[in-house]
Amino acid sequence: MADYSASEMMIVASARELVDARVVFVGIGLPNIACNLAQRTVAPELELVYEAGVYGARPSRLPLSIGDPCLVTGAMSVVPMSQLFQYYLQGGLIDIGFLGAAQIDRYGNLNTTVIGPYHGPKVRLPGSGGACEIALLARKVLIIARLNRRTFVERLDFVTSPGHLSGDDSRSRLGDYGQGPTAVITDMGILRFDEKTREMVLASLHPGCSVEAVQEQVGWPLQVADDLTETEPPTPDQLRIMREDLDPTGRYRQ
Amino acid sequence: MSKVTTMKDAIAQLVRDGDTVAIEGFTHLICFAAGHEIIRQGKRDLILCRLTPDLIYDQMIAAGCASKLVFSYLGNPGVGSLHAVRRAVEKGIPAPLEVEEYSHFGLVGRFIAGAAKLPFYPVRTFAGSDLPSANPRIRQVADPYGDGQVYVVPPLNPDVTVVHVQRADEKGNAHIWGLTGMQAEAAFAAVRVIVVAEEIVDEAVVRADPNRTVIPGLIVDAVVHEPYGAHPSYAQGYYDRDTQFYLAWDPISRDHQALSAWLDEWVHGLSGRADYVEKMGAQAWDKLQPGDAWSGQVNYGQYR
Repeated sequence: MADYSASEMMIVASARELVDARVVFVGIGLPNIACNLAQRTVAPELELVYEAGVYGARPSRLPLSIGDPCLVTGAMSVVPMSQLFQYYLQGGLIDIGFLGAAQIDRYGNLNTTVIGPYHGPKVRLPGSGGACEIALLARKVLIIARLNRRTFVERLDFVTSPGHLSGDDSRSRLGDYGQGPTAVITDMGILRFDEKTREMVLASLHPGCSVEAVQEQVGWPLQVADDLTETEPPTPDQLRIMREDLDPTGRYRQ
Repeated sequence: MSKVTTMKDAIAQLVRDGDTVAIEGFTHLICFAAGHEIIRQGKRDLILCRLTPDLIYDQMIAAGCASKLVFSYLGNPGVGSLHAVRRAVEKGIPAPLEVEEYSHFGLVGRFIAGAAKLPFYPVRTFAGSDLPSANPRIRQVADPYGDGQVYVVPPLNPDVTVVHVQRADEKGNAHIWGLTGMQAEAAFAAVRVIVVAEEIVDEAVVRADPNRTVIPGLIVDAVVHEPYGAHPSYAQGYYDRDTQFYLAWDPISRDHQALSAWLDEWVHGLSGRADYVEKMGAQAWDKLQPGDAWSGQVNYGQYR
């Protein structure tokens, strides 16, 4: 038995994706803990940007919300949201946008708006927040999501935040935006996007997971990389920082 | 002339049934005290606007104050759903609720256009998203200087904007520090503005640090002194966000009866925020008291 949970593996794998990043736009929930872990481990120079209007946050505790007061104290800059969205995000200063989703399709398009029809939905989800513009305007996008068939679906009920749209060059034909999603980090493995078709490809399996088990949780026939690798497990140091500093109540452990 | 008044009078005189109302503040400085007074006075058919409706609009919608919601993120931040809003949208309980939905940047653009009295505002978002098909007010215009199309949003001009601030003078010149969110834009865009302050200070305090003045008294109609008026959201340096309350709201708000009982106890059963502060008790406020982290000082210079 591994001495870490699937969620912890997912968060550590996400943090590692930020190794060379300078400026990351942090979303609520799992991206939040992953980015905070990255700043304390693999990317100490990482500047955390929060849509609430914070550049260069150095939070002393894990913020529950993306507008927590601990994001302000000790930050490099606090600006009105109008400036954050216009000058930082639309101005092209964000290397990586980090997003979650309720539904994701094979091209990395994301739904956080509704399950069912828009008018008269079965489930009304939170909506975009800043996700739509982060998905378009960050240079690259990372997605963090637990693998299951409710989330990884053949067809989205609603496209909140565009990924690679219908694949191939359909995104670049949209205009002058960022390159879109480059990886989907899950609790069982890491998926990346084929350079030509832009379809999701299983690139790395977390220890103890199999291709068959991953396919079982995905609602379309999943592409698997020829050079499929195994993800490095979390280090004791990473687990300690997560358990003792960032998430002492274990909210993100399971 | 002093604009200082009570919350009761400010809401009675400045908020009317059918008004478009923005109680802004992004996570920070959300004026729950004003929302609760609007509930107590039984205002109806309001068009409520906020980027994040947060618990305050969940409560106001459950109380039947609103007929429409304009928003960009419909969640209990860091916790989950806004169940009362969902009940109104999904099941029409207690009344049907029309929604008009944007992304954050889209709604930010609407407030900027409203404040600057522009006919529309261009934002480089929405491309490839289904949001424009869900909301016909998100439109495209031809770029007059180049190729292609650009998405635009219409101005948003609330009848009333409520802004909670750390300190203001009696004319409404207001200092905010920490997250300033969309407070300035929402206030400049509004027809009437209510400033609610943790502290009322001398004009000299405001003038000593003019870079911190986010709202000028020029656009303010009423000033209300209401300590802890933003709880369970927070006021930077004054009290912390009450995370426990945001978590506790989830089970309360899942059931309309439980939520109504909460409103009876914490809103209808109290005469105002001073009662609420007393009912919470000193111990609760102590727990939310942050340590100190003073800013450095700058020298503005004395010029002769």
